Amino acid sequence: MADLKPVPSVLEHTLQLRWSLPFLALLLALPLAAYSVGDTFYVGMATRVLVFALAASSLNLILGFGGMVSFGHAAFLGIGAYSVAILMQNGIASAWIAWPLAILLTALVSLLIGWVSLRTQGVYFIMITLAFAQMLYYLVISLKAYGGDDGLSLAARSSVGGGIDLSNDVHLYYLSLGALVMAMVFMVRLLNARFGHALQAIRENEVRMTALGFAVFRYKLAAFTLAGAVAGLAGVLFANLNGFVSPAMMQWSQSGMLMMMVILGGVGHLYGGVIGAIAFLLLEEFLSHYTMHWQLGLGAVLLAVVLFAPNGITSLLKRKASHD
Amino acid sequence: MTKPLLHIEKLVKRFGGLTATDHADLSVEKGKIHALIGPNGAGKTTLIAQISGAMPSDSGRIVFARHDITKMTMDERARLGLVRSYQITSIFGRLSVLENIALAVQAIEGSSFRFWSSARSEKERYEKAHAVAQRVGLGTRLTQLAQALSHGEQRQLEVGLALASRPQLLLLDEPMAGMGPEETERMVGLLDSLRGETTVVLVEHDMDAVFKLADKISVLVFGKVIASGNAQEIKDNPSVKVAYLGDDFQHLNVSQVTP
Repeated sequence: MADLKPVPSVLEHTLQLRWSLPFLALLLALPLAAYSVGDTFYVGMATRVLVFALAASSLNLILGFGGMVSFGHAAFLGIGAYSVAILMQNGIASAWIAWPLAILLTALVSLLIGWVSLRTQGVYFIMITLAFAQMLYYLVISLKAYGGDDGLSLAARSSVGGGIDLSNDVHLYYLSLGALVMAMVFMVRLLNARFGHALQAIRENEVRMTALGFAVFRYKLAAFTLAGAVAGLAGVLFANLNGFVSPAMMQWSQSGMLMMMVILGGVGHLYGGVIGAIAFLLLEEFLSHYTMHWQLGLGAVLLAVVLFAPNGITSLLKRKASHD
Repeated sequence: MTKPLLHIEKLVKRFGGLTATDHADLSVEKGKIHALIGPNGAGKTTLIAQISGAMPSDSGRIVFARHDITKMTMDERARLGLVRSYQITSIFGRLSVLENIALAVQAIEGSSFRFWSSARSEKERYEKAHAVAQRVGLGTRLTQLAQALSHGEQRQLEVGLALASRPQLLLLDEPMAGMGPEETERMVGLLDSLRGETTVVLVEHDMDAVFKLADKISVLVFGKVIASGNAQEIKDNPSVKVAYLGDDFQHLNVSQVTP
């Protein structure tokens, strides 16, 4: 049937390989370039960007595609990171044991938090996710055996084996890049699959989805749990990158930062989290060179984006593309 | 007599001091178009909300297809085949007509916990959606965004969404609301074509449409069902006349309508 030909739709997403592949090539070449100019600082910086891109993308899954404005996402990052650090302190350094455990624990906690929080809507949902995150924040502070307020240093990075040595920054960089690429491929498949269609339609009209017979709560909870697990993975990578975890990474301001990244990049755009994380962290890096009040500049940029490109930076790119 | 498809017993809904549904009883037979009428504020929309599960009931019982559904959630009832449409259009504005209906088909066909294979590749589902779109008169508007449709077309889509789930019982809350005469006529034709295929509970203010379509009519006044019967019985019922005194029902009663 001719009428059934696919047309552009808010439900459907593509990897946009035309520009994402060249960009990926650039990212693949980045460590080589950094080493050839002898400036290895940028590899660490780039890994940080990748990790936050992963975390922000996981938030985008529920915020942008599921319409769930979660204000506690940093807590999941923190649980992933702390799991690795605590296991390390107890002698479990293997990534093959520690990482799945960390991700599983994060998934479990987000399942529980989601199970309670998703019974509320709108502002109440924002507040209850924030409240849960703050509870976890104070819980971590109270863990005196694991550094309490001061945080906890990792003795080493997780051991992977098979020729991968995470103590080498480049290896960690490529591993993070691989995780991000896999997350993006999974995300685009998920969004274009039945689950993604249901999730996005719930964002569009939750009441009608219920009336049609969708068990809305279950879909939202599944997405919330999945997003938590991916944030947990980001936390795992973050702990390895910094060699240090602290309660500060679970604070509400960190959740706010992840939200800002998503808004900056484009809520409900496949690459919204990625582009937002890149823009946010580069701006932070750039502005903090000039002033210690870099947040002011960042705030101004965020304000400008919200006012002039309410759908984030990606909408500017799209607008340009449609002019070309 | 066969068992009714939907049976409501002493259903109650209170809002503070107001008893919106006051021990209402209602039986809907399979395959019939059953109209629910009543003056403004009689509690029709509240009753629809209770039957569909959008609102919990304070007491009473709702039995649908031999299941006691009184405590079931709205989506559980929908999956059993009790599907509603809305008085105030509730569609997916940013999705196309085809996508709207395809979602309704997705709701009842197979699990939506599929994370990998493309939803768009389910040709059969989209073809079913296409057929429903044609049925409700939107066959030429498939790729149009729902928000770009005219009011009448949106009402057609509203019914299409409910119809796509192939419900056993269709609860239609004022499907003709805000429609012009031509659109109304088309909707009446559509609902007429559903007779025998699916059971319909129709809440409607348009008395012409009600008398044209309904096999059975129940009259709701102050949350109570005061009369049930065919068009003639309802018109001759003295307490119905009293309830509608001054309304245009009286005037209809005299000459215009022949069942």
